[in-house]
Amino acid sequence: MANNTLLSVNNLQTYFELKRWGFLHAGYVRAVDGVSFDLQKGEAITIVGESGSGKTTLLRTILGLAKPTGGEMVFAGRKLDFKNSRDISWLRCQIGFVQQDPYGALPPFMNVSRILREPLIVNKVRREEQGQRIREALEEVRLIPVEDFLPKFPHMLSGGQQQRLVIARALILHPMLIAADEPVSMLDASVRVEILELMKKIQKAHNLSVIYVTHDLSSVRYFSQHAFVMYAAKIVEKADVNEIVNNPLHPYTQVLLNAIPDPEPENVAKFRDIPPGEPPSLINPPPGCRFHPRCPHVIEDLCDVQEPPPFEPEPGHLVECWLYDPQGASAKSRSELKAPADRASEASDNVS
Amino acid sequence: MSVKTKPLTGKGRSRARHEGPLLKVEELSLFFRATHGVVRAVENVSFELARGRSLTILGESGCGKTSLAKAILRLLPRNVSTYTGRVFLNGTDIMRLSEDRFRHDVRWKQMSLVSQAAMNSLNPVLKVGYQVAEPLFLDHRTSKKEAMERAREVFRIVGIPLPFLDRYAFELSGGMRQRAIIAMALITNPSLVILDEPTSALDVLTQAGIMNALKKIKQELELSFILITHDIATSSELADEVLCMYAGQLVEHSKAERFYREPLHPYAQKLMASVPTLRVEKKPEFITGQPPSLFNPPKGCRFAERCHRRFERCQEEPPLFAHGDEMVKCWLYEKG
Repeated sequence: MANNTLLSVNNLQTYFELKRWGFLHAGYVRAVDGVSFDLQKGEAITIVGESGSGKTTLLRTILGLAKPTGGEMVFAGRKLDFKNSRDISWLRCQIGFVQQDPYGALPPFMNVSRILREPLIVNKVRREEQGQRIREALEEVRLIPVEDFLPKFPHMLSGGQQQRLVIARALILHPMLIAADEPVSMLDASVRVEILELMKKIQKAHNLSVIYVTHDLSSVRYFSQHAFVMYAAKIVEKADVNEIVNNPLHPYTQVLLNAIPDPEPENVAKFRDIPPGEPPSLINPPPGCRFHPRCPHVIEDLCDVQEPPPFEPEPGHLVECWLYDPQGASAKSRSELKAPADRASEASDNVS
Repeated sequence: MSVKTKPLTGKGRSRARHEGPLLKVEELSLFFRATHGVVRAVENVSFELARGRSLTILGESGCGKTSLAKAILRLLPRNVSTYTGRVFLNGTDIMRLSEDRFRHDVRWKQMSLVSQAAMNSLNPVLKVGYQVAEPLFLDHRTSKKEAMERAREVFRIVGIPLPFLDRYAFELSGGMRQRAIIAMALITNPSLVILDEPTSALDVLTQAGIMNALKKIKQELELSFILITHDIATSSELADEVLCMYAGQLVEHSKAERFYREPLHPYAQKLMASVPTLRVEKKPEFITGQPPSLFNPPKGCRFAERCHRRFERCQEEPPLFAHGDEMVKCWLYEKG
């Protein structure tokens, strides 16, 4: 592994057990199912997906807030053992979390000074140092003059200021990675770019790595280098952000991008192509490619039978879709593919 | 599939077709009492909307978009301190009607509302079809059977499979629930539907589906929409005209072709520049500063403090200037 890798995730799985009557096993919700990627130091990536695609669970697993059921994670050269609480608390100090809803993420009964002091107290930072750290963090997110903000309560701040405070709290322990779960979706359009620019500036200044989780690709495309597209608990496409936007390869990415409007008056007369159906249930995902029931380019007897491995049709652009099989999908005869019969039989009640 | 909606049977449906604009709002103001003073949520808003057109009300949170919708529908909370102006719907001044008359003849009969996050407020213990049909048979003008028949029709229009009539809200996905709410607003065959952030809680693909359905409804049923949203990219999906609000006031009322290409008001220009685009390479910008408090708004132009084209004149409040077909509240357009 290259020395520059900060986080390496290998075949990560997070399943939530379903129980019937509180104790009987009734299957799993496969929220994250076999996700692998590497994150370099100082790199910003975006995870794009619809709600229910597992992007937030992936982030929570990386943060140590959800326990993975399989796979491994290496953070800054340290292989993490999720059963070891010391590993987890160490991990949480290294990652700053920026929540989606700033007002919900800030305790209403604490003032700014107390909100920022809390992580320092928990992590036993010396009392003399605390004031200095708080001041630095507030200056960094440009909540200045600092004295004016210290005694304020969250409800006295505007949405943008609240989100800055959340960012300050994420930064105060000097983390190596910032994980942001839809950091701007609750903010107004005019403030969004300001917050994203602030995050980018902080990222550059400290050589931080950032993971953005979002469903809105257009707002983060200027602020991250790579994008992963998630669909039904899997990453289906990995590439440079601009590659994804300008040259999407996976059929799901194509329909997703097609559904995002740009502000143009012609939109009134245009109907958008959207695939039929809804994302599959994660309790019982369809066999083969998970997008095949909705895919316009589905290849019979291949897509619905065998899960596609990642192909690399262009350098640095990985896509899990049989259309990009260099051997040619049609070249493989049907007999070569053995249907995993156990999963195919379960697939019937997916249509919700 | 062509769906013809026949006028409903029953009394009170003989709506005289009025020539002229469907909705005309004149100097509408709505202020609220709060502990620290009066919040001037909507101030002096005037506009017209023609039949079959759709209007988008754009603005940041707290600029009075939703209050304006509530004021038009007379769905007011108790702490209203001032509620003045005139609202003409089909030529009748609906602000002068008594509350009973208004409820009986106007609200939901002639205009209906899809309120924000309404999809989460469906009754969990009633079947969706029953809830959608409810506005029709509540006042006993229509029989239950006819109402259910009509519910079937609107379900078809909004694109929900008919078996869903007999399902409960929890059995429906978010997109389907939102469609059911839209069906509920359409069932009385109103001439104006106000949509308050109809897609903000939905996924991109679901959102596109709902927008497709709304476009189809607009083509087929010849009704007018008022779409209230802060999502500028989505707003362009359903806009013939755009009304941009800032700090409780109307700042620009333009045709969509104009507004999305080259808006007039400096605030609208800045707002459009802050929208990230997917297909056009353009780095988004942001507006520095914050909107003024509505307790004590500044004397002159309310955007002056953040404006990049401010000059001396901005200390006075600009009136609405006509600039071609557009209306804009900015001194820069004084000469027309």
